[in-house]
Amino acid sequence: MSDTEVKAKIEAATQPTETPADWQPRIVAFVCNWCTYLGADLAGTSRMEYQANVRIVKLPCTGRIDPLFVLKAFENGADTVLVSGCHPGDCHYNTGNFHARRRWTAYRELLDFTGFDMRRLHFSWVSAAEGLKWVDLINDVTNKARELGPFTEYHSLSR
Amino acid sequence: MENKLRELAKKLLTDGEVDVVVGYAKGYDETARRPAFITSPDEVDKLVFDEHCHNNLTGYLNKRYKLLKAEWKKPAVVVKGCDAKSAVGLIQESQFTMDDVVLIGVACDGVKLDGETPYKCEICDVKLPAHVHHVVGEAEKAEPRTAYEASEEAKAMAAKPREERFAFWKAEFEKCVRCYACRAVCPLCSCERCIADSNQPQWVDTSSHEIGNWSWNLVRAFHLVGRCIGCGECARACPADIPLDLINQHMRQVVSDSFDYVAGLDPEAKPPLITYKEDDAEEFIR
Repeated sequence: MSDTEVKAKIEAATQPTETPADWQPRIVAFVCNWCTYLGADLAGTSRMEYQANVRIVKLPCTGRIDPLFVLKAFENGADTVLVSGCHPGDCHYNTGNFHARRRWTAYRELLDFTGFDMRRLHFSWVSAAEGLKWVDLINDVTNKARELGPFTEYHSLSR
Repeated sequence: MENKLRELAKKLLTDGEVDVVVGYAKGYDETARRPAFITSPDEVDKLVFDEHCHNNLTGYLNKRYKLLKAEWKKPAVVVKGCDAKSAVGLIQESQFTMDDVVLIGVACDGVKLDGETPYKCEICDVKLPAHVHHVVGEAEKAEPRTAYEASEEAKAMAAKPREERFAFWKAEFEKCVRCYACRAVCPLCSCERCIADSNQPQWVDTSSHEIGNWSWNLVRAFHLVGRCIGCGECARACPADIPLDLINQHMRQVVSDSFDYVAGLDPEAKPPLITYKEDDAEEFIR
């Protein structure tokens, strides 16, 4: 039996066959500092409770988001990614979110074409006053992530 | 027409207007052609043009080749209609101006890749190249396209169920050996330090395993959005026969549908990803 065959057998034997009962979705949220982050902060200071699976990556503006960041999050183990920023017209830097919006339009299509599960990628506009929207959004995204299960399809790609 | 091309090249070199003519010459067999760098009027007979001249030679004009360009005062480049579009793209990105080069457009009725006609030739609107300094040969002048539609093959791919698409591209990207031929052959892949070569931080895994291959191919496709002119050289050059042109065709259609833009038509136009409209579509954003 060749090394390649043995390796393939080991990989098959260690492939997770079912989601462990205590599995929690890992969600990465790329948010802008001025709107969404403050909105999340408002949810916090108002003591609103919501599911704790989101890890926030705070950037100055959604315009800073290179689509590569989203891919890297998935590569490193994220099951779902959320991208959120200021509403169009409200960008702290005037036009960052307008450029981001165009990039996302293109990037979604690219990921979709290659068969990415687009149910795992969410986009939203959340303003600094929308603490409640943030809570509802996170709860909804987390529930959906839980239903979808771990992103094994991508995480099991060879490294 | 080859004679007219050779005469023009001879004239440009003899008059001293250019010091090199970058064109096509015969290669190792009947159908192989290779880029030729003609620096002397006595060598212009090496220049040929026929349906086997599929290379896009404008790549030599981008900033990746600045060391090569430093050897020339002013180059002339033989371009088909499609190649001229990538020159337009490079001009839009201020890599050179029309005064820095001489673009010799050649009338082209389509190239043949392994005997087949590629999609770009089936829908060609530039049999007579546009935005060039000279045009050699005769062909029908067509209305330049204002919208772009991907090939039936690309559309069929987009219509497949998600799991099938993923399985297809998983199998394809697994073959990638990270030779970067796709990058080398693309005139618009002109970054002097490609994102794939960055190591502080390392964004794209360099080994030819699936994770890095997905990352590389998706990043390259994304960096070409709004810039790719659909010459298909990437797919032709890929030694693993990955149909990269399907992805780029799909993105060309996305850009046409979403941003009302087709790359390579107008050197004055602003590329779609550096502009925006206040009412750009956002139904996917909650």
